[in-house]
Amino acid sequence: MPKPILLLSQVNKTFDSQDYQVKAIDDMSFAVKTGKVTGLIGPDGAGKTTLMRLACGILTPDSGDFEVMGIDVTKEPLQVQSQIGYMPQRFGLYEDLTVQENLDLYADLQNVAKDKRQARYDELMHMTGMSPFTGRLAGKLSGGMKQKLGLACALIRSPKLLLLDEATVGVDPVSRRELWEIVYHQVHEQGMSVLLSTAYLDEAERCDEVVLLHEGKLIMQGNPKEFSQTVNGRVFQVTVENSKHRPLQQKLSQNPAVLDALIEGKGVRLVMNEKGLPTAENLLPDRVNANKKIKIKAVTPRFEDAFIARLKNKEKSKEYSIEKMEISGSADDEVIRVEDLTRKFGDFTAVDKINFHVKRGEIFGLLGANGAGKSTAFRMLCGLLPVSSGKVAVAGMDLRVATASARGKIGYMAQKFSLYTDLSVKQNLKFFSSAYGLRKKAQQDRIDWALDIFELEEYQDTNAGNLPLGYKQRLSFAAALMHKPEILFLDEPTSGVDPLARREFWQRTNALAEMGVTILVTTHFMDEANYCDRLVIMSKGKILASGTPLDMKNLARTESQPDPSMEDAFIYLIQNKEQPDDSE
Amino acid sequence: MTVNKTSARSRRLMGMLRKEMWQIIRDPSSIAIAFVMPVVLLFMFGYGVSLDAKNIPVGIAVEKADIITQSLSDSFEQSEFFKPSYYHSIQQAQLALEERKIDGIVWLRSNFSQNLQAGKQAPIEIIINGVDSNQANITMGYIQGVWQSWLTLFSNARGIQLNLPVVLEQRVWFNSALNSRLFLVPGVIAVIMTMIGSLLTAMVVAREWERGTMEALMVTPLSMKEMLAGKLIPYFILGMGSMFISVALAVWWFGVPLRGSFWVMVLASSLFMMVSLLIGLLISIISKNQFVAGQTAIAASFLPAFLLSGFLFDINSMPAFIQGITYLIPARYFVAQLQTLFLAGNVWPVILSNAFALLVMLFVLVLLVSSKSRKTLE
Repeated sequence: MPKPILLLSQVNKTFDSQDYQVKAIDDMSFAVKTGKVTGLIGPDGAGKTTLMRLACGILTPDSGDFEVMGIDVTKEPLQVQSQIGYMPQRFGLYEDLTVQENLDLYADLQNVAKDKRQARYDELMHMTGMSPFTGRLAGKLSGGMKQKLGLACALIRSPKLLLLDEATVGVDPVSRRELWEIVYHQVHEQGMSVLLSTAYLDEAERCDEVVLLHEGKLIMQGNPKEFSQTVNGRVFQVTVENSKHRPLQQKLSQNPAVLDALIEGKGVRLVMNEKGLPTAENLLPDRVNANKKIKIKAVTPRFEDAFIARLKNKEKSKEYSIEKMEISGSADDEVIRVEDLTRKFGDFTAVDKINFHVKRGEIFGLLGANGAGKSTAFRMLCGLLPVSSGKVAVAGMDLRVATASARGKIGYMAQKFSLYTDLSVKQNLKFFSSAYGLRKKAQQDRIDWALDIFELEEYQDTNAGNLPLGYKQRLSFAAALMHKPEILFLDEPTSGVDPLARREFWQRTNALAEMGVTILVTTHFMDEANYCDRLVIMSKGKILASGTPLDMKNLARTESQPDPSMEDAFIYLIQNKEQPDDSE
Repeated sequence: MTVNKTSARSRRLMGMLRKEMWQIIRDPSSIAIAFVMPVVLLFMFGYGVSLDAKNIPVGIAVEKADIITQSLSDSFEQSEFFKPSYYHSIQQAQLALEERKIDGIVWLRSNFSQNLQAGKQAPIEIIINGVDSNQANITMGYIQGVWQSWLTLFSNARGIQLNLPVVLEQRVWFNSALNSRLFLVPGVIAVIMTMIGSLLTAMVVAREWERGTMEALMVTPLSMKEMLAGKLIPYFILGMGSMFISVALAVWWFGVPLRGSFWVMVLASSLFMMVSLLIGLLISIISKNQFVAGQTAIAASFLPAFLLSGFLFDINSMPAFIQGITYLIPARYFVAQLQTLFLAGNVWPVILSNAFALLVMLFVLVLLVSSKSRKTLE
């Protein structure tokens, strides 16, 4: 048995925040095998990034021993640093240097011999498919290409150990697959060891081994497939004929025997508390009498099911209902209408003649990788950016010229946390409610409602900037809802948020949609498309396909792939529908 | 093995230098700071700011005009310092003063000539707008000068011996034309050097932190010393480049004499440049954010260099406490060196004592920077 590449024993690391201490790594001991791909999995604040930084010697543990490749990294950080490749979360590419100049820099820093360079460059550029772009400035590359260049720089000297911190976040599925191929190629060819962290649970299944972290503690370590099997016999799919999936999911998630209910295709995916096939009577007592066909079938558990089963605590299964709202109009009203919408920045077309419409009470998704044009389209819809050509109508008006009262019908949650970081939670809510004209009792009631529904009471006097990420997102959401908008614009609301918080977010969003609120949402998480009634998939400013989630998956359904995921559908669309573009 | 180590080290350093060079070339802002700013600042100070009193608007209130008052008025008229206007009553003149049309009044009462001829006391009353006390003092002095020389002439013409105990004779050294531009330009060069040195380095290192490139650099065999050298060398060259531009402008455009040795000035500038660069590095290591680093660099180096270096405001007339603070401002020593080198020559005691002060600062800064810059994110 070879020596472990990483060996931790009783490692502790604490950070001092303004008013409290955060135990980022809490008495952690484990070993990572040499020559394998090991995934660090866990929600935000689990300690993944801290662990990475400790491993490469740019943070020092408070106590405990941390050995990397048999070297004590606390004592000899330079020794370790000259043998590893590291790609931090925001990879430090020099955007004002070309691809070649970035490679040259890292080759110089890693002391790659001059005569061996060209061969290595050729190999890396070929592997990443970037050979035609070596003269391009790194800042002008697409998101996926930047990550591939980052990886190439980290691999410039065939490191013994490669550390990747959330290397695939926000990257389109095609590039993600390519990144994984490169990593495994290196592992097989060079015998390299890899430690990576990821926010995508489906990526955990691609690792040889996973290390599950939560709040600085090690939850479990092992093979991901074995881990998935821990919930064998507890995962089911429920479909009810002629029943809408959203109320069905709400109903099921309130059932005490159900741990987790997730909308998937036409039905709902369930993780039960106990093993054994549940009966229709147990699950949906009031529906059985309604004479509807209820189908329950067991399905193969995924990593995410086991992850949720391990981390979700069911005791606060709060009903995320949001108070009743009076919204007039019928479900056939076209609330949002977009015709030939185009936006150009100089000679670059960010959004190219897109068309869609959204009906009242729908959740409508704009899907695509970073840089696909989602946010640009979104900003034009909200009236934040003038259109180059085409038409936009939201509730029958163009928001750029609409009156303040008309704007009062719209709620907007920006991609970046856009609340005042040095105001407390309560002060933020107060400000946003008064900005929409709420006063006195009505205002106080609304603030109390927000604190209650979004479970922010505990943090009401904390400055927004010091909130954990999941809570920041809740606060942004609450602020967007203070004036009871009829139409909600949500721009990447779940970016960087862990699976548990994402579930919570979608439950609230579903409840709003049930109330008749129209919701337009952008996301780069392909699996979140399942929550949408209808969606469009965008790439390079164009709409590749539009329809229901099921329509999309049907596109990619083949004999060899009978049950494609949304990601498969996306990759199918990119590979078959996208026009070849010689610039990339 | 040692050979390998040195070659690896020099390769890393060369890599950093090459990278920094590309960034400087592609980022127009650092080029602008280094080569456009000196020109703009020199022209602004060379032409815009003048500490000389010239054409001061002064009112002469003559209650009863005659030959004597006329000759006194003529003296003001002929002086290049004044631009007189005339009033027939003190009330009119006071009104003009209140309206800020004039800065001072010379009041000749109706009995002025009469008393003077009778050999009695003949007072001239002077009223000065004291809002700007500095300007008021200068105006006062000039008025006295004009009045006194007139009195001498007047007495001589009439064969009267004036019993003045002291005769003032002014002689100005080093800047004999009393042209403030000659005095300001070397000071502006010192301020520019402070700006280039601290602002530029503060921004570029903070940029690495902000864009996350610092984290990636740290996990390479690059040592902190190499990293710092990689930052210092290119900006030292850039800073010295703008130094030469400034000196060339000073000598050939503004006609400031360079009486000292050129090479002594290069040495003195190099020393000061290093101090400035290290201050910039220290700021960026601590702040790690471009905006804060930029603000801090301006507040901690540019403003003090501007206000407390003695290039614009005389240190000796500052309160003792503020005078104490000026000893901590590196630009103070460099301003003294530059002014001496330009206007006086190689006055070794001045140059060496100030160089010593800068060397002490350099030493302290090197200690601070190396203790603060460890390869860690904390």
